[in-house]
Amino acid sequence: MTTPSQTVGPFFGFALPYAADWELVPEGHPGAVTITGRVFDGAGEPVPDALLELWTGEGGDRGALGRGGSGVSGFGRCGTAPDGSYRFRLAPPARPYAALLVFARGLLKPVWTRVYLADTPDPLLDSLDPVRRATLLAQAEGQGVYRFDVRLQGEQETVFLEF
Amino acid sequence: MTHPPYLHPDYASTVLRAPSRPPLQMKEDPEAAELTGPVFGRGEVDPLDADLTAGHAGEPLGERIIVTGRVLDASGWPIPDTLVELWQANAAGRYAHQRDQHPAPLDPNFTGAGRCLTDGEGRYRFVTIKPGAYPWRNHPNAWRPAHIHFSIFGTAFTQRLVTQMYFPGDPLFAFDPIFRSIPDPAARERLVATFDLDITEPEWALGYRWDVVLGRTPMEDA
Repeated sequence: MTTPSQTVGPFFGFALPYAADWELVPEGHPGAVTITGRVFDGAGEPVPDALLELWTGEGGDRGALGRGGSGVSGFGRCGTAPDGSYRFRLAPPARPYAALLVFARGLLKPVWTRVYLADTPDPLLDSLDPVRRATLLAQAEGQGVYRFDVRLQGEQETVFLEF
Repeated sequence: MTHPPYLHPDYASTVLRAPSRPPLQMKEDPEAAELTGPVFGRGEVDPLDADLTAGHAGEPLGERIIVTGRVLDASGWPIPDTLVELWQANAAGRYAHQRDQHPAPLDPNFTGAGRCLTDGEGRYRFVTIKPGAYPWRNHPNAWRPAHIHFSIFGTAFTQRLVTQMYFPGDPLFAFDPIFRSIPDPAARERLVATFDLDITEPEWALGYRWDVVLGRTPMEDA
C-alpha cells in the first residue's frame, strides 16, 4: 500500500536546499564537468520554482549532504533560479548518463529523466526517434560545460521515464 | 492507482507543467543508475534537526506535537538509515519563505524545517508544532488543509518520494484539489496521520503516527 505522492509546492526553498548542494565535487576538482540548463513549462516560460536532483549511480567519498573537503559525491540538488536555470558540478559519471529528477509546484509527482553526456549506443537512446532522442542529449559547450534543458510539456517535451 | 496523475486541472498549476506524453516504461536493466541512491551518514545529520521547536531564542507558538512513524518498503520491511526531510507552515499558516505573502504573522521562534535519519527499525521522529491551514490562489476562497511536507529517499532513486502528511478529520479535505488529485479515496487516507495516545506525552505534546511505504523498485518484481 504505497504512500501517494504530492507536489513539492512553492515553499521548499527555506528547507531543502543546503550548502554546496549542487557541487558534487568541489571547485577545481580535476576533470570536473558542469551540467547546466533551464526548466521550461508548456508555454515556454521558465520554471523558477523547480527543484532538481542528480544521481550518478556512484556513491563516492564526499558527503551527499555535509559537503566539506575534497572527494566526489554522486548526489546533488539544485533549486532553479528566477530564469529557470540550474547547475551541477560533478565528476564525469561512470555511465554515459546521470539520472535527473525534477520536482515543482504543479508536478503532483516528480519526473525522472536522464542527462546523456555523449551520443552513444544505448538501449534507451536507441529506442527513441531522433527528435525524442535529442531531448536526452546534453550539448557540449566547451570547457567541460554541458547544456541540458528540461521541457516539461509541449512539442519538444523531454523524454520522461517510468521504472 | 496510488499516485495522482500529472494533469489534474482542478489544481491549476498542473495545466502547463504536466507532461503531455505518458512516461516511457524502462526495460529492465540491472545496471541502471536509478536502482541505487545516495547514502547519508550519521555525521551529516545533526540530531537537533529533528526538533523544530528548538534552535531559537524561545518556544514557538502553537500546539506542540510529536510526529513519528516508520519508513517501509513495498514488502513491509523497514528502511533504516534513510534521510527524511520535512518542512511546514507555522501555527498561523505562514511559511518562513520570502514568496509566502499570506498576511499571517511569522513566528521568530519557528522556521519549520527539519531532517533526520531513520533508525535501525526504519523509525523517524520529529517534535514540531501543528501547522495552520492557509489560503492560496488556486480558485476563489481556496484553503490548504493543514499539512507537513515530507521528502524521503529510500534505497533507490526510483523510490524517491515527496509528499504531504495531513491531520485527521480536516474539514478542508473535501475542497482541496491537491489532496483530491489522488484518485483512490483509500489511498488519500494513507496521507492522513493517526492521533496516538501512546505517542502523546503527558503535560507536553500530542502524538501523531504516520507510516510511509515507498514504491517497489523494478528489480524486486522478479
